[in-house]
Amino acid sequence: MNWRRLWAIMLKELRQMRRDRVTLAMIVGVPVMQLILFGYAINFNLRGLDAGIADQAHTSGSRALVMDMLATGVVKPVLVADTPQQLMDAMRRGRISVGIVVPPDFERRRSEGRQVAQVLVDGSDTVVQAAAAQLAQVPVQRALPDARAPMRSTPRAGPIDVVSFYNPQRITAVNIVPGLIGLILTMTMVMCTSIAIVRERERGNMELLIATPLTRSELMIGKVLPYAVIGLVQTTMVLLLGVWLFHVPVRGSVLDVYVAAALLILANLALGLMISTKAQSQFQSMQMTIFILLPSILLSGFVFPFAGMPLVAQWLAEVLPLTHFLRLIRGVMLRGAGLAEMWIEVLVLIAFIVGMMAVAIMRFRKRLD
Amino acid sequence: MNTADSTDSGDIAIRSQGLCKHFGGVLRVDHVDLLVPVRQVYGFLGPNGAGKSTTIRMLCGLLTPSEGEIEVLGLKIPEQAEALRSRIGYMTQRFSLFEDLSVRENLEFLAAVQGVPKARTKARIDELIEDYRFGDRQKQLAGTMSGGQKQRLALAAAVIHEPQLLFLDEPTSAVDPESRRDFWEKLFELADAGTTLLVSTHMMDEAERCHRLAILDNGRLVADGTPAELTDALQGRTLVIDTATPRRVQHALAGMPGVDGVAQVGNSLRVLLAEGARDMQARIEAAIVQANLQARVAEARPNLEDVFVAATRAGEADRKRAA
Repeated sequence: MNWRRLWAIMLKELRQMRRDRVTLAMIVGVPVMQLILFGYAINFNLRGLDAGIADQAHTSGSRALVMDMLATGVVKPVLVADTPQQLMDAMRRGRISVGIVVPPDFERRRSEGRQVAQVLVDGSDTVVQAAAAQLAQVPVQRALPDARAPMRSTPRAGPIDVVSFYNPQRITAVNIVPGLIGLILTMTMVMCTSIAIVRERERGNMELLIATPLTRSELMIGKVLPYAVIGLVQTTMVLLLGVWLFHVPVRGSVLDVYVAAALLILANLALGLMISTKAQSQFQSMQMTIFILLPSILLSGFVFPFAGMPLVAQWLAEVLPLTHFLRLIRGVMLRGAGLAEMWIEVLVLIAFIVGMMAVAIMRFRKRLD
Repeated sequence: MNTADSTDSGDIAIRSQGLCKHFGGVLRVDHVDLLVPVRQVYGFLGPNGAGKSTTIRMLCGLLTPSEGEIEVLGLKIPEQAEALRSRIGYMTQRFSLFEDLSVRENLEFLAAVQGVPKARTKARIDELIEDYRFGDRQKQLAGTMSGGQKQRLALAAAVIHEPQLLFLDEPTSAVDPESRRDFWEKLFELADAGTTLLVSTHMMDEAERCHRLAILDNGRLVADGTPAELTDALQGRTLVIDTATPRRVQHALAGMPGVDGVAQVGNSLRVLLAEGARDMQARIEAAIVQANLQARVAEARPNLEDVFVAATRAGEADRKRAA
């Protein structure tokens, strides 16, 4: 390994990157857009649903129940009605998506242990439905059990207070942001290197490069490292925005977050490079990137819980770097764990990086045939 | 006293024997034997698809030969290709520098990659920028330059580490005549300074400038020698016909035995005669009279185009015989 040649490649990549305004904008734009899309959009759907309230009992108990429901933050009152009929009209017009009805005989129902209130849900939006299910689980103070008042489509669970250790306010962003770091890094990093070799081949630069004393490892490593810096910049951006906009906690050490991110970045860059040695055109490498990206999003545990997936899907997921990163980052950021406690995941990622780099370097030939 | 072997490798830059390359079952380079002496501009003349690029790529170790042996600067290729890299410069047919880097950035990159000593890099780049007249364009992006400027930059980049041997694959195919003359000046300067150059071209006037020449056709080496040797070998086989009706005369001579080719050049026709054909001037005059046309037939001095036509005709005849 000749350091001067390695640096020459890195400098060249950085200079080219600087001139490629669109890519540069994407590198900054993608994380911000993703964070805001995933973080805000999902978060706001789950909280602050427009609600109408028809408290026909007007007792201190009924008012307390309504206040409890409002206190969850899931709904925000926009309409006070006298009858359930008015609520249903408002819902049909789309003014409210949730209606809370407390019947006049609230106190008697409570003492008899019957349903004390009814939550009307706009079932056309499943997210709203799921959110409203939370309301149905608000406990009724000093009351006998079974104080729920669900519509048919809401789950038939008892009046159980849902206890969430790491996300008591049920803010989706807290779960999403650490995963989002991984998703963004997977999307942008694989893309960056997957076109790296193929682009030079298409532009004709490769014939020049392979006719020089550059070694394969110099070329490959020199192409990876500049993008690793970009990846760390993206990580920082998502972290800062996550903390600032969504108050995502970083319970473990920040260093651990960066080490985990660096591992994922290198794993993805190495994977991209491997794709690049295989692809014949930039278009092909894009397709292959998407081929990797989809299972990463769906199987890694970012969208669906890992444990709920069929065994085969779990095996597949174990091959994806994002799966291991998600375990690391959620552990570090949300549970305050240290990387040492999750050494297996760290080891898997390191093995992935070394393996992919080796395959990429071996697959790359300083020959045209 | 040197042994015969080491004297040889001291004077010979490139030697190939029985060099072949198949692509998908098609023989693209067919048993090429080359001997390129040092400090010369050696031309590779041939039409597109003759196998010039393929041969050059095999010589610098970028393609693996299907058959045959190569020795370049005393190194066995492709086995010792890596050792060769720092001693050769290669200017690709297509512009292969980075279009999104500036002139100076491109040169800086190649200086580092080619191992120009760090202390010398800046001086060397300044020198090239001066020599190749990029003084006012150092910061211009390579992609925004004209064809001639790009070629000049590519040449500067290819010689940045002062290689002993320079491969140039159709370096001037996309360049205006003035830039071409300018470019060739540079090539001769390099040869004078001791560099061996292998230049492929499909242009006759460029081929004429070379010290020695190899003509490739359909992957086969059909002739080689100095331009003078090659044209002298055709002495007596070329005629020029001055006539007011060149196309009709050409028609009259078509298919005539002993005539290998008739090409119109302005108002005259150039005739290449078959090897060993006798009394052709008289027979052609008779044929023209018979066709009721008027023309003046005279002997002409053979040029490289005649050499090229004669060599490729011979190749065709060989192939026909073989088939």
